[in-house]
Amino acid sequence: MNQTIPFSLNDKPMSLSLDGERKLLWVLRTDLGLTGTKFGCGEGFCAACTVLVDGEAVRSCQFPLKDVAGKTVTTIEGLAQNGKLHPLQEAFARHDALQCGFCTPGMILVAHEFLMKNPKPSEKDVREALEGNLCRCGAHTRIVQAVMDAAGLK
Amino acid sequence: MKKDERDEYQRPGTLGRREFLKIAGGGIVVAVSFGGEFSFSQEEARRRGAGYPEDFNAYLLIGADGRVTGYTGKVELGQGAITSLPQMIADELDVPYQAVDMVMGDTDLCPWDMGTFGSLTTRMFGPALRAAAAEARAVLLELAAERLKVPKESLSVKDGVVFDKASPSNKVFYGELASGKRIERHISPKPSVKGVGEWAVMGKPFFHKDAVDKVTGKALFAGDIRLPGMLYAKVLRPPAQGAKIRSLDTSAADRIEGIRIVQDGDLVAALHELPDVAATALDLIKAEYDVPESKLDDETIFDHLLSIAPEARVVAEGGDLKEGESLAANVFEETYLNGYVAHAPMEPHTALADVKGDKATIWASTQAPFRVKDEVAQAVGIPPAGVHVVMPFVGGGFGGKTRNIQASQAARLSKITGKPVQVAWSREDEFFNDSFRPAAIVKIRSGTDGSGKMVFWDYGVYFAGDRSSAQFYSIPHHRTVSRGEWGGGGTGAHPFAVGAWRAPGSNTNVFARECQIDIMAAKEGMDPLEFRMQNLSDERMKRVLAAAADKFGWTLAPLPSRRGMAIVCADYSGTYVATAAQITVDRKTGGIQVNRVVCAQDMGQCINPQGAVIQIEGCITMGLGYTLTEELHFKGGEILDLNFDTYELPRFSWLPKIETVLVPNNSLPPSGGGEPAIINMGAVVANALFDATGARVRRLPLTPKRVKAALAAMEK
Ligand code: FES
Ligand code: FES
Repeated sequence: MNQTIPFSLNDKPMSLSLDGERKLLWVLRTDLGLTGTKFGCGEGFCAACTVLVDGEAVRSCQFPLKDVAGKTVTTIEGLAQNGKLHPLQEAFARHDALQCGFCTPGMILVAHEFLMKNPKPSEKDVREALEGNLCRCGAHTRIVQAVMDAAGLK
Repeated sequence: MKKDERDEYQRPGTLGRREFLKIAGGGIVVAVSFGGEFSFSQEEARRRGAGYPEDFNAYLLIGADGRVTGYTGKVELGQGAITSLPQMIADELDVPYQAVDMVMGDTDLCPWDMGTFGSLTTRMFGPALRAAAAEARAVLLELAAERLKVPKESLSVKDGVVFDKASPSNKVFYGELASGKRIERHISPKPSVKGVGEWAVMGKPFFHKDAVDKVTGKALFAGDIRLPGMLYAKVLRPPAQGAKIRSLDTSAADRIEGIRIVQDGDLVAALHELPDVAATALDLIKAEYDVPESKLDDETIFDHLLSIAPEARVVAEGGDLKEGESLAANVFEETYLNGYVAHAPMEPHTALADVKGDKATIWASTQAPFRVKDEVAQAVGIPPAGVHVVMPFVGGGFGGKTRNIQASQAARLSKITGKPVQVAWSREDEFFNDSFRPAAIVKIRSGTDGSGKMVFWDYGVYFAGDRSSAQFYSIPHHRTVSRGEWGGGGTGAHPFAVGAWRAPGSNTNVFARECQIDIMAAKEGMDPLEFRMQNLSDERMKRVLAAAADKFGWTLAPLPSRRGMAIVCADYSGTYVATAAQITVDRKTGGIQVNRVVCAQDMGQCINPQGAVIQIEGCITMGLGYTLTEELHFKGGEILDLNFDTYELPRFSWLPKIETVLVPNNSLPPSGGGEPAIINMGAVVANALFDATGARVRRLPLTPKRVKAALAAMEK
C-alpha cells in the first residue's frame, strides 16, 4: 500500500509516495539512487547500511520507510557541506582509515552520531561506539585514530 | 627512434597486439611484460585469443597532455595497488604522483591478466612496471635531445619537464614530445631503474588515491551501477550443498506485480525492478529438494580428510630422520587442526550484466576479471571477445572473489530476460557459495637433544598446501611433506568449494610449526625467543626476530612465564615476519583478550611504507578472527553459519595495541606485503595462551570452549 511520506533528505525536502513498509536502505539505493549506503548483511549485524535519522544512527536495512515521515535523513552523500568534506570524512581520508572502503560510510555515520553526543571521548569510548560496525579489511586501528582526530583530540 | 623497434610489430602473430593498442590512441606506449608462474603466460594469452597481446601484460601511455596512464589487468581490492603502482611510475618517469592515472582490470583496455591475489602485484609486477617506466623516460630523453638539440647526457627531468642542465630555460614537456606521435617500444632486457637512494616518490608514505571517493560515498562498487531498465535478481539458494530441485511452486511469488520468475536448469531467480521486492518474491517460492546424504560435519571432517589423503609430496628434506631420532633426548608428537574459514568480504559477490546478442558488458566485484570474461562467455554461449568486463571498486576479496558464479548468473538472467540484470548475493548466499579456506591437519614429530637444540623434524601437512610449510631452522635431520592442496586436493575431499584464503596454507602451517617450537622450548626449560635464536642460522630471520623482540621489550624467561607472552616467526614467499604478542586469559569464560601485538617485517625494498604498515595492521586485526572465533559449522551439505550472528568477525573491542617495524632491507627486491603478517597470528596467540596458563590448544580457533577444556585437562 503506497502512502505519502514527507521527510528531509540531505537537507532537501522530499515527499515519496511508496509502500511505507519497504526498508529505507533499498529506497535510498534504488528509488533515490543514493548508493553510498551499503548492504553488508541485511540483518542488522554489520552497520554498513547506517544512515542518520534525526541525527541518530540507524540501520537502514531494518528501518521501514514510513518511520522517516517528518524527520531528517542524512546519508554519506549529504555529509559534505558546500563541497567541503565533513571533519570525519577528512580525518578518514587523512588517516587512511579504510582499505576497500565498503564499511566506510557506515563507520563515518556511526561516529558522527557518537561525536555529537560525546565531543570529548577516550579511545576506549570510540571503540565501544563502533563495536557494532564490522570491517573485514581490519582498518580498525586507523578508524579509531581518525575519529579521535575528527574530535580534535589528536 | 631506432627503426627495428617498429619493425618488430610487423612480425606475424602479433596482430592482436596492434589491434589492441589502437584503443590507446596517440602518445608514447611502452609495453611491460612480467613473468612468473601465476602472472602471465604467453601460452595462456594465445589460448584466450580475443585480440590480447601475447608478449606483454601491461603498458604505459604517455599522452599529449603529459599525463601518464598505466594499464594493467590487476585490480584494486583495498590492498592499495592503486596507490603503490603510480608511485613506481611517477618515480621512474620523474613526473608528479598526481600526473599518473591507473586503468585497472578493464578487459577491453588492459592486457590479459590471471587475477589479483597472493601478494603478487608488488613482487612480480612492480619490477616490470618500474623497468618500463625507466625505459619510457629514456625514450623521452632521446626525443627531447633531438628537439632541444643537445646531447641527452646534458639533459635532466623534473616534474615531467626535460631541460638542458646548462640552460634550464631550454626545455620541453613530456606531453609536447608525445603529441602527434605514435611510438611503441619494448622494454629492454636490462632496464636501469632508480636505486633506493634516488627515490623521490617511492618509499614515502602515500595515502590511498581513492580515499575521497570512498569517504563521500561516490566510489561505485558493482552493486552501485545503474542501467536503464535493469532488473534486480534474487537467486534461490538450496538448503544444502549439492541439493537438486525436485519440485517448484512459484504461484505465490507470481502474484507480485512486476515480478518475473526464471528457471534455467538449477538457476531459479526472482527478478524485479526493485531488489527488495525481488527478495520478497523469492521468499514466497516453495521448492523441494533432493539432498545428498552426507555424514560429514565440522568434527568428523578431520578423520575423513586423513582417511582419503593422497600421496605425500616432499617439500623439503635434509639429513636422515632415523639418525636424527637416535640423537633425540626428547621426542614430541603432535597433531594440529584447523577448521574451514569463510572469506566474508563486507561486500558480497555482486555483478551487473547486460547481454545483447553476442555482446555482453559485465560489472563485477571480482579479483579476476579475465576469468569472469571467459566464464560469462561460456555461460551465455558467446565468443569471449564479445564480453567486456568493467571493474568497479571491489569491497574486499581475500581470495574469495577469484571465483565468480554471480557474474555468470547475472549474464544468464540478462540473456533470458533481454534486460540488464544485477545479481547481488545476500549475506546468506555469500556464506553458502563461498570457496572456504580448507579444513586441514598438520602432524609433526620432532626431537631435541635435551640441551636446547632441535635434532629432527618430521612434518606432514594435509590439505592446507605447502606454502610456509618448509622449516627454516637449522635442524640437521628434517623432512616436510604435503598431502592435498588448498585448491581442493582431489574430488570428494571437501563437502563444498574450497580455495585461496588470504595467505593460503600459511596460516595453518605456521600455527602448527610455531606451536611445536614452543612445546619443545618449554620442555627444554627455555625462553621461546632464546630457543628460536639458538636454533636459527638464517641471519635475516634472526634480525627480524630481534627487531620484534626489541620493539616489544622482550625479556627472557622460561616457558610458561605466566606473562601471557609469545614470539613467533615465519617466511611468506620471501617476506620474513616476526610477531610478538601479549594476552590475558579469562579463566572463567575461557575468553582471550589480545592486548598488544608487535610485528616486524622484512619485505625487501619497500615502495610504500605507509601502505605496508596499513596492510600489516589489517593482517593482524583480520588474523584475530581465524585465531579466536572463525570456523565454519556445517552438517552434511548444510552450512550452519550464514550470517555474522554466529560467524563472528573481529570487532573493535578485540583490538590490540598494534606496533609495526619495517626492517629495512634494500638489498632485496620488494616482496609482497598484503598477506605475510596474518600468518603468525594463530601461533602467537596459542603460544601466549600456553605462556599465560600452561594450557595448550592444538586446534584453531581458540574458542572459549576449547580454552576451558584445555585448562580443565591441565588441572586434572
Ligand atoms: S546491512 Fe544493515 S546492518 Fe548489515
Ligand atoms: S575497509 Fe574494507 S571492510 Fe572496512
